[in-house]
This record gives sequence, structure tokens and C-alpha cells, in this order.
Amino acid sequence: MIIAIASGKGGTGKTTLATNLAMNLARKGQQVQLLDCDVEEPNCHLFLKPIIETTETVSLPVPQVDEQKCTGCGQCGQICEFSAIVCIKEKVLTFPELCHGCGGCTLVCPEGAICETPREIGVIEQGRADEIQFVHGRLRVGEAMSPPLIREVKERVSHQGTSIIDAPPGTSCPVIEAIRGSDICILVTEPTPFGLNDLVLAVGMVRALELPHAVIINRADVGDRKVVEYCRQEGIDLLMEIPDDRRIARGYSRGQLILDVAPEYEDKFQMLMDKIETMSASEEVKA
Amino acid sequence: MKELVVISGKGGAGKTSIVASFAALAKNKVMADCDVDAADLHLLLEPHIRHREEFRSGKSAVIDAECCTQCGKCREVCRYQAISEDYVVDKIACEGCGVCVHFCPEQAIELRENLSGEWFISDTRFGTLVHAKLGIAEENSGKLVALVRQNAKLLAQEDGSDLILADGAPGIGCPVISSITGASAVLVVTEPTLSGIHDMKRVVDLAGHFQIPTFICVNKFDINEQLTAQVETFCQQRRLKLMGRIPYDTVVTKAMVQGKTVVEYSSGLVAKEIEKLWRQISYALAGD
Ligand code: SF4
Ligand code: SF4
Ligand code: SF4
Ligand code: SF4
Repeated sequence: MIIAIASGKGGTGKTTLATNLAMNLARKGQQVQLLDCDVEEPNCHLFLKPIIETTETVSLPVPQVDEQKCTGCGQCGQICEFSAIVCIKEKVLTFPELCHGCGGCTLVCPEGAICETPREIGVIEQGRADEIQFVHGRLRVGEAMSPPLIREVKERVSHQGTSIIDAPPGTSCPVIEAIRGSDICILVTEPTPFGLNDLVLAVGMVRALELPHAVIINRADVGDRKVVEYCRQEGIDLLMEIPDDRRIARGYSRGQLILDVAPEYEDKFQMLMDKIETMSASEEVKA
Repeated sequence: MKELVVISGKGGAGKTSIVASFAALAKNKVMADCDVDAADLHLLLEPHIRHREEFRSGKSAVIDAECCTQCGKCREVCRYQAISEDYVVDKIACEGCGVCVHFCPEQAIELRENLSGEWFISDTRFGTLVHAKLGIAEENSGKLVALVRQNAKLLAQEDGSDLILADGAPGIGCPVISSITGASAVLVVTEPTLSGIHDMKRVVDLAGHFQIPTFICVNKFDINEQLTAQVETFCQQRRLKLMGRIPYDTVVTKAMVQGKTVVEYSSGLVAKEIEKLWRQISYALAGD
């Protein structure tokens, strides 16, 4: 089963949930994988402290023009939708940071003057954190193309046991890339006006993707009850409420799991997992 | 005219609450919300929209089933597996590269522009706000952010404002790059947690990459003073100005629930520290 953890806004506790859920499964001897798809700000490693075993660079194929062969016909510039290759006065210029790696220019060049070279956009590191199989992507600072890196992280979903995906915040392209194809998407929010506003957007997103979804409220006692009301009105399952707890906040600041500072959560996360499994089983029946 | 952009890398550090308080404190400015994906500033500023415009950006391929002979060429050239076996384009997967359009022997495919959001100019009790809403599942390429900033700048010029106060985008990708390039200064709001510090370093590098003067502020500094000390050391090493230390207080959430900024809602310690922070920043901006 693939469980994606997302939230309309950052800092609501996505990473906390993803890492604790994964560790709880691992400690119970179940096969579990954690994929941190928040490639701009990957944080899961701070809590799981994995031993990294492999590092691979991820690149996009960008065009390289052989000036000897190029006749300056301009067809490459015409096909490119992203102005990443232009032909001015029979001379071709490329702008690799703008290139989406679609391969159009290479295909269209009548002289076979273009070949593709890799441009590094980030790295993928894999390893183990206790018994968790750990994967994360790290976008190069200043790099704009996160979806292709997220796509590559997701290629590493094992399709065995449980895979937990920590998605980036928001509702735009990178998030979609991270959560699509999962069996259930859990939205983490806070009981505040900001939390509710962002949750409504996130619900719109999972509905557009037709993904089964449910909500978890973090720091459940800090604000008002409007998130709970919203979930009830919309018929969205509220799977868990995690109260504001000094032990958890202090542990979080130091990179500690809830499981290690508040042991009673072992049972709570197990119950959460049971609920998720029941939900996904009933989804399968529906499908 | 100066432009201050407040960013944090990671969400939840309190960036928007601080920007909203600055909005209440700063005189003669235009505000811009560059967090177009999960905009929250409007919840505290209660904007009355005076002007709205559609934002079109990006394209998707559309196949005309009448003309398509199902030859399969488009599926062969598409690198994003965006065309299904029965020749329908998955709008979410489509990158809009147009390669299929070019190679379709029947001219059965066209690229259509996406309506990918909206942007607004609004009146608030603190002045003019430019903000936007990106559509769900749209590409946050930074173009909408750039549009918001551009319009804020035009309005500031028209009104003779001295300052643009911008709530920046999260992360270190396109949208945040778009929200900080060319700004007079950025304020990085961080919190003393391992992840907060990790993300602060990444945005500091980013601002450094674009050579933008960078100030730091530690929010909720007292939740872990040891890590706050680490932020201080980092600032010294990088020669960054640590502009403020704001304590943790539930008053921030309480103010938010009331739809108010902290400085309007309370006159306690948090409000005082934010006022002090704002004085320091305006001083530094004026000095540049
Ligand atoms: S399509 Fe090929 S030959 Fe024509 S300008 Fe581009 S690189 Fe040169
Ligand atoms: S690969 Fe695609 S995006 Fe890149 S330069 Fe060629 S046509 Fe443009
Ligand atoms: S290339 Fe054109 S004609 Fe061929 S399958 Fe695709 S849309 Fe149909
Ligand atoms: S426009 Fe590009 S991404 Fe979209 S369907 Fe055509 S080839 Fe694929």
C-alpha cells in the first residue's frame, strides 16, 4: 500500500506523521519504505537519521548542438515551447535551466546536429533507518525543476509492504507528482484559520485526482473547532487528533520522534494504521 | 523604493503572522502575497477585491478524436506518458511541450493555453494588497509570483509608496526564486528546530546565490534555546544580521482565530518584539 502524507501548507506536521508511522511499522517487524518527496526541503532524514548507502545524481537531458553539423535552419527553436533553445541569425543558443527535457529539438533537427547531455538537477540518496528502507531526493539549490526529481524518487517505490510518501506542501505540480498513484492521501492540518484555508485547497486537490483521503489534526487544541466542523460537513474521515504537547514539541525541535518521547503513541499510531487499512480495503471493494 | 520579502524555507515558522504585523506597523506601503499556492495573508487582512484578472500560463495538448487515426506516433514521442492507450491526453501529466503536435501526421493535436489561476488587487485596512490564487494542480512556475510582484511595484510607483512588503513563497524552487530576485532585502523567519535550521540554511544559500542582503529572525526562540544559539552562531559565521528573537506564545494563534494581527490583538511581549524587529528592519532598509 502506498500512503501519501500531504498538507495545504508547510509546517503542519507532515514529516512528523510520515516518520512516526514508518518507524512504528518497522518496529513491529513490518516491511516499510519511506520516500521523502519534499525535495526542496527534505526533512525526514533529520528524524530518522538513516545510514545512506547509495547516492545517485538525477539529471534532465538537455540539448547540445554540434556547430559543425548545424545549418541554422531554426527548426529546433520553433518546436521548443520553453524558449530553451533559440536560433538567431543561424546561430543556435541553448538555455539549459529553462529546458524541460522533452526531446523535441533532438527529434526535429534534420541534420542530426543535436545530442542530449545530462544536466544535474539534484540527487537521490537511499539507505536504511533501522528497518525502514529510506529514499529521499534533494534538489540542487537554485534549481527550478522539482517535478522530474520527484518522479525519479517515486520510481523507487518498492510495491512491497507499505510505502509512505512525504509530499511537498501546497497544491501545485510538485505535490501532484508526489501523491498521484498512491492508495490513500492523508492531509495533515492545524485547527486554525490558516490551517482550514489550506486544508480546503488540499481537499480540492485530492478530489481532482480522485484519491481516497482523510484528515489528521495536529496541535488539535490550539485554535478553534472549525476544521472538525468542516470535515463533518464534507464527510471526510478525521483519523486522529494529536494535541499540543510540550514533550512532542521539544522532541521535534531536537529531531526526535513522537514514539521516543511519548511512548503511549505506539498504540495510537497502530490504531491509525488499522483505520488506514480499513479505509483502503473498503476503497478496493468500491472499485 | 525598497522591497522587503519575508521567507522561511519551511512552512509553519510564523512568516505570515509576522508579515501581517509588519503590514499593521509599516506606513506608506503596498503589500504583496507571493505565496500563491497556499495564500494565507488575506485571512488576516480581509481584502476587498477591487480588480481581478485571469492568469493564463502553460499549455496542454488536446487530441481531436475525429481526425486521429490512432497511428501511435504521439505516444511514441511523448516523454511524459501523458497520452493514454485510447489517445486521450492526461492534462495533469502533460508538460505542454508540443512535441506530439509537431509529429502528428494528421494535425489532430493542438496546444491550448491553461487557465491556471487568478490575481487580485485589493483594499485592506492597511493599504493595497496584491495577491493571487493558483489553480489546483497547476504548475507554480514562478510566473504568477512575478506578476504579483510586478503589479505591486507598479501600484507602489503610482501611489508614491516607499515600500513593498511581500510575503514570500515557501521552499527553494521556482516560486521562491521568483519572489526574491531583485528584492532590496529578504528576512528569513526561522524557528529553533533541526528542520527549521536545515531549511533556513538552504534559503540563506539561495538568497546568497542571488546576492540579496539577508536578515534573520528566530521565531519561538524559547522552545529550544540551545538551537537558537546555533542560529546565532550561524549568523555570526555568515555575517548575517540577526534582527530579532520572538518568544513562543499562544497569543499568535489566538489573534489568528480572531482574524487580527498580533500587534493589533495584543500589547504583550510578542507584539513588542515584533515592533522592535520592524524598527530594526526599517532602519536597515533606510540605511542601504
Ligand atoms: S534544427 Fe538542427 S540544424 Fe536546424 S538550427 Fe537547430 S540544431 Fe541547427
Ligand atoms: S529538449 Fe525540449 S525543452 Fe529542451 S530545448 Fe529541446 S525542445 Fe526545448
Ligand atoms: S499522432 Fe496524431 S493521428 Fe497519430 S495517434 Fe496521435 S493524435 Fe492520432
Ligand atoms: S504536449 Fe508534450 S507532454 Fe503533452 S502530450 Fe504532447 S508530447 Fe506529451
